[in-house]
Amino acid sequence: MSDKQHLLDSRQVAEFVARGFLRFDGIVPDEINRAVMDAFEAGGISSYPAGTPFAECYPEPSPIGAMLRLPQVSGILDSLVGPDPLFDHHAIHKRLPNEGKAQGMHGDSIIDTRLHFDVQLMYFPHDVPLDMGGTLLLPGSHFRRINEMEVARYQNFLGQIPMVCEAGSILVLHHGIWHCGRQNQTDRMRYMYKIRLNPTVRQLRLWNTDDLDDETGAHQPIFAGEKRDDVQAILAKMEPWYEAGDGRLEIVNRTLLWRFLTGDENFDVHYWLTRLENMPENRLSA
Amino acid sequence: MASGKQQRQKLLILYLNTSALDSDVKGWTMYDGTGCEHHTTGDSDQRPYATGVDALLDGWRVIQFPQLIPPYPGMEYTTSFKKNEYIFEKLETIDS
Repeated sequence: MSDKQHLLDSRQVAEFVARGFLRFDGIVPDEINRAVMDAFEAGGISSYPAGTPFAECYPEPSPIGAMLRLPQVSGILDSLVGPDPLFDHHAIHKRLPNEGKAQGMHGDSIIDTRLHFDVQLMYFPHDVPLDMGGTLLLPGSHFRRINEMEVARYQNFLGQIPMVCEAGSILVLHHGIWHCGRQNQTDRMRYMYKIRLNPTVRQLRLWNTDDLDDETGAHQPIFAGEKRDDVQAILAKMEPWYEAGDGRLEIVNRTLLWRFLTGDENFDVHYWLTRLENMPENRLSA
Repeated sequence: MASGKQQRQKLLILYLNTSALDSDVKGWTMYDGTGCEHHTTGDSDQRPYATGVDALLDGWRVIQFPQLIPPYPGMEYTTSFKKNEYIFEKLETIDS
């Protein structure tokens, strides 16, 4: 398990729960980025059978292993899937130069209704300018129950994020998030490495929870216009593409996942669940 | 129609904030049957219209309204596809 200083804090995990991803720009050193690019251009890297203990993958010397074993990267993974996850699969995604169109919007694998979640780490070993595309992701789409490419008709949404970044940047994604490879309009190949990991432990308070206290879950005034930046505020923030009605349901989805991750079954955001759970049975005496 | 001219369909799909046609555009998709424009995923961060009615004012014709369907029992809190999906068309004449 990672040293506490490298684990995520509660605000970061709340951000992951709310938006379905965390972004870390330029955290991989250039020497590793260059070694990874050399390996990709030399023909790729070996894979492993699905279900292999992650700890047995990418033994030294391996530039991908060196990236995944960076203390900050290990801390992120430990915070979300815990110790001893399983290797699910990896892929070196390539977007061809001057390609005619983008990949369709999709969620990976198949429809997945668990509260438990897998993590997908995307690593960008070279600079990605806007005309090269970058992976497009739709923040806060991870709870939407869809099956793979069924959402390919959706082209653009307010608030979508094209992953324009410097070399050595990383995205860590909830397995359900909608994304696609944007069109590469340059004359250079674009590479992105992705790995999916399955947890082997219950995802319960795996991060640095020193900042969690009774205030985190205390009921707050509703619609009071207060500018907060606490866990509840992070979980209540709407994405620009949300519809009025389903946007509120997304806050309920986030609240349920936060309860699952913290074990606090009374936690709520803006009273959305508490009022639904209020079904008094005690009768007034005559 | 004069010889050498053909009609082609352009499609605009808008995802609105509510079921009201005059509510805000949250997402959009375009397909161009004239072959002049080539739209694809993630090609714009600027919505084509602020509301559905603004598309009408620019000459688009609504060809499909989203139905209002009650949630399936047990699925009341489940989110999935975008609900407020309006489909518009324009017919344009091109030289064949």
